[in-house]
Amino acid sequence: MKDFLLRYKSWGKEGKAGFLISPAFLWLLLFFLIPLGIIFVYSFCERGNYGGVNWNFTFENYKQVLNPVYLKTILYSFWIAILNTVICLLIGYPMAYYISTRKSTVFKNILLILVILPFWTDFLVRTYAWLVILREGGLINTILLQMGIIQEPLKLLFTDLAVIIGLVYGYLPFMILPLYASIEKLDPSLIEAAYDLGANGFNVFWKVILPLTSPGIIAGSILVFVPTLGAYITPDLLGGAKVMMIGNLIQQQFLKVKNWPFGSSLSFIVLIIVLALLIIYIKFGEPEVEK
Amino acid sequence: MSEIRSRKKFNAGEFTLGVHSWLTYIFLYLPMAILVIFSFNKARINAVWTGFTFEWYKVLFNDTALAGALVNSLIVAFISTAIATVIGTLTAIAMYRYKFPGKGLFDSVLYMPIIVPDIVMGISLLSFYVFIRFTLGLVSIIIAHVAFNISFVALVVRARLHGYNKTLDEAAMDLGANPFQTFMKVTLPLILPGVVSAALIAFTLSFDDYLITSFVAGIGSTTLPIKVYSMMKFGVTPEINALSTLILFISMILILISQRLGA
Repeated sequence: MKDFLLRYKSWGKEGKAGFLISPAFLWLLLFFLIPLGIIFVYSFCERGNYGGVNWNFTFENYKQVLNPVYLKTILYSFWIAILNTVICLLIGYPMAYYISTRKSTVFKNILLILVILPFWTDFLVRTYAWLVILREGGLINTILLQMGIIQEPLKLLFTDLAVIIGLVYGYLPFMILPLYASIEKLDPSLIEAAYDLGANGFNVFWKVILPLTSPGIIAGSILVFVPTLGAYITPDLLGGAKVMMIGNLIQQQFLKVKNWPFGSSLSFIVLIIVLALLIIYIKFGEPEVEK
Repeated sequence: MSEIRSRKKFNAGEFTLGVHSWLTYIFLYLPMAILVIFSFNKARINAVWTGFTFEWYKVLFNDTALAGALVNSLIVAFISTAIATVIGTLTAIAMYRYKFPGKGLFDSVLYMPIIVPDIVMGISLLSFYVFIRFTLGLVSIIIAHVAFNISFVALVVRARLHGYNKTLDEAAMDLGANPFQTFMKVTLPLILPGVVSAALIAFTLSFDDYLITSFVAGIGSTTLPIKVYSMMKFGVTPEINALSTLILFISMILILISQRLGA
């Protein structure tokens, strides 16, 4: 131990840094990067008879992605992911603005904690809550029936609407927090200056506030778009067999149909999109304070 | 004149902002509140209030299959949190203190598990385990949870390190402390709240994870979320409402403590 400490002390910055990050690097290499590499290789293999793969090179899996049956699911997932991002942005932006412009720090912190709590708490349970509300014998139908507004229970669960509600509910906090961080940094004197120079409210928002908070908009949009694109739990629980997104298709290909190469090619497409967005985020998103 | 008008407009805007925000808070919390309320409802099937009961909680506490899943979840959460907290904290310190070649690239890799969708992480780990013929069970789950939690711990601890004064470490070293003593007696006590805050978040994420776990769990290693999910697929029951309420309650307490420590 003593020998080691003496040696450690003599290492340069690179050596010390390398030593400290090596456990994380090895763990992520072995159990994150290499598994992703395996998926990449699988996506060019032929399907094995009982799950698994045959080691023959083929582009067939990527061609299969263009099959209208699957393409429909992929395009639908993109549409839902874009829709969810836009809805979360429209709801989240004014809310983040409201929180960051509160004068009392205590009040501001309480408002913030109320967003942070659902951000970290159990996604599954929060999604399930909508099952209780939307199902046939659920809260909304019971209330409407008792009030005599409807005679037959409405079909709310296992619809696109239920999935959208669940996704907005699930990912809204992921939009609000980066937006808040961005709006909080906004210098109020810039807004005053714009007003003084004769800009109206609309122009102040459109030409000053919005551009200055764009890192938050980009960060929040990516944090909502990416997990929505890969969503599995929400479409499975609230969409039932009616609504299928890429995540459900991947799960089906891996665990039910046992076509691992095709499932891998779908996953890899999702991964490429995620990496592209990550690069955008690093370039235009929240600037790093250190470096 | 124009000043008065702009102030008036501002107030109307301010009012709308307030109403919008409070409605959104209701949207965020009402579904959870409904879930909690119905976990105390006597009625078994319908969403009609027929009286207060602890019945469903009693049923839960007598369910041995559930107890087994809970024990598995706790084992996984404790072990994976311990490993991820140590590795993640060391990484955060290295990233804060040193510049080194490839830092930017490592940074991107470090944060990838946070942004890569769970489904992709789940199937890639499953493929990996099958490829190296690793038996699925609690160990394969723990490895997976550490893989995503290292990133979260590093992120939270690093945020905490922003206000950290590097000269304190240098002072300790100058006074003759070795790197290990410096870390244990100076650095760690100062960043401990951040580390505990990160550990609590890691614990919550591990305890709550369904999707990744569902791919890498084997026979006999069912965790609580996997058990809960299979129950939910059969439909709404008051027992699941009660169980969900408990999970929600535990998660929220851990997050609140974490936030207090991390602030």
